[in-house]
Amino acid sequence: MTLILNVLAAIGRGVLGACRVLGAVVLFALEGVSHILRPPFYPRLIGRAFVEIAYFSLPVVALTAVFTGMVLALQSYSGFSRFGAESAIANVVVLSITRELGPVLAGLMVAGRIGAAFAAEIGTMRVTDQIDALTTLSTNPMKYLVAPRLLAGTIAMPLLVVIADILGVMGGWLIGTAQLGFTSASYLTSTLNFLQPMDVISGLVKAAVFGFVITLMGCYSGYTSRGGAQGVGAATTTAVVSSSILILALDYVLTAAFFGS
Amino acid sequence: MSSTPKIRLRGLTKRFGAKTVLDGVDLDVAAGEGMVVLGGSGSGKSVTIKCILGLITPDAGSIEIDGRDVLAMPRREREALNDRIGMLFQNGALFDSLPVWENVCFKLLAQKRITRAKARDKAAEVLAQVGLAASVGDLSPSELSGGMQKRVGLARAIAAEPEIIFFDEPTTGLDPIMGAVIDGLIVDCVKRLGATAVSITHDMASARRIGDTAAMIHKGRIVWTGPAATLGHSGNAMVDQFANGSREGPITMELRK
Ligand SMILES: Nc1ncnc2c1ncn2[C@@H]1O[C@H](COP(=O)(O)OP(=O)(O)OP(=O)(O)O)[C@@H](O)[C@H]1O
Ligand SMILES: [Mg+2]
Repeated sequence: MTLILNVLAAIGRGVLGACRVLGAVVLFALEGVSHILRPPFYPRLIGRAFVEIAYFSLPVVALTAVFTGMVLALQSYSGFSRFGAESAIANVVVLSITRELGPVLAGLMVAGRIGAAFAAEIGTMRVTDQIDALTTLSTNPMKYLVAPRLLAGTIAMPLLVVIADILGVMGGWLIGTAQLGFTSASYLTSTLNFLQPMDVISGLVKAAVFGFVITLMGCYSGYTSRGGAQGVGAATTTAVVSSSILILALDYVLTAAFFGS
Repeated sequence: MSSTPKIRLRGLTKRFGAKTVLDGVDLDVAAGEGMVVLGGSGSGKSVTIKCILGLITPDAGSIEIDGRDVLAMPRREREALNDRIGMLFQNGALFDSLPVWENVCFKLLAQKRITRAKARDKAAEVLAQVGLAASVGDLSPSELSGGMQKRVGLARAIAAEPEIIFFDEPTTGLDPIMGAVIDGLIVDCVKRLGATAVSITHDMASARRIGDTAAMIHKGRIVWTGPAATLGHSGNAMVDQFANGSREGPITMELRK
């Protein structure tokens, strides 16, 4: 009996702890967003964060997208040829990329790069008193450090995903025309024929949400980190792991919201 | 004391977990005064200052600046108050993503009291006051030696000409001559700006130079305040032991848990 109670108590503690963290993250997010909306604004910092997220993530996201498109074309060919549905390959590629794989894979890549970088940078600022110093220098650290990054992440991710979408389709086209016997024109026509605006738009909305979540978790873990280099290291891990999981979970929620009914 | 003190602490208490760091700190700092705070390592000197700045929220007690309770102030007023306060952090806390000149003029830029175009010249001027060449302004803080970082931190703390300045160990890590220069600078700031300065230091020569008044903190309480000139022969056994650095005396270095 006591064993069962102990187990239940442990589970209860875990759940309560998770709720506390969730509450703290939500409050942090609300405060960050409120600072995005109120002056002073820091265009220079928004620009710097934007370049770091969008421009420097471009190579990884581009490579991921091209190879994913290529793999999708090959896989669906080897699957669909069993029942003579090869003509659907282009549709499968473009739908998978725009709706799912573009935003999710770009999100995971950016989470690894940016979530970690932001957590490490802000975490180091925390443990070396630089965040306290901001306060004493007439600057709100949430406004200066967090708001520009949240904004930049939310804008940059959809742009990255537009590029990922195009390159993903190109990867499929490459395999389709070079290996699977499509003509260039027929591949592109069947790509565009069935594509609905909603397919792309839903992907871009996902991307914006993921961009917000990645920068949020990066900033939150860094901002709340404690205790020297070890604390910063832990914050980096937390940022990447939590934003990756949130991306996958929110992907389900958003997919259900867009296409569920 | 007839007039209201610039800073007045009463019963300031702060615990971290089970450890009581501040256990009822009472302290008055008069306007325009140079106060030095002494105390062993880990006695809570930095925490006291961070409480006054609003970086740490105390568990109990009151903090008044110009007779107004800062803990009860609305956030906006508190921020306005911070505009008039400068702080040199113990470890410098320079922004390593910004060049030195932007660090130095950060507050002036944040308050829009200066344009970016003029900030470089202003930074050079303030850097000269702390004995650094204008060319240092273009370096990044990570390219500086520890002592140079300290002086840049000092330049940043005084650039906006605050009314109240906190110096957390301003001369630690400097050579004796530069230490004396910095002490002179602090005295000069206090005189020229009419500022109130609270300095934490372990260096007795420096304490006598920059302090009008000294206070000693031990086990989370102020155990003595008196004229800084009397340090070493104050008549208080604890203070004199600390000032003379003797092993024998009422302060025993128990192991801290
Ligand atoms: N954020 C914090 N969390 C937990 N404990 C803390 C924190 N800040 C300070 N402490 C503890 O409070 C005590 C006093 O710290 P403080 O930095 O004020 O010491 P100090 O008097 O400035 O010492 P030193 O002369 O070495 O700088 C220390 O024991 C420290 O471990
Ligand atoms: Mg200290």
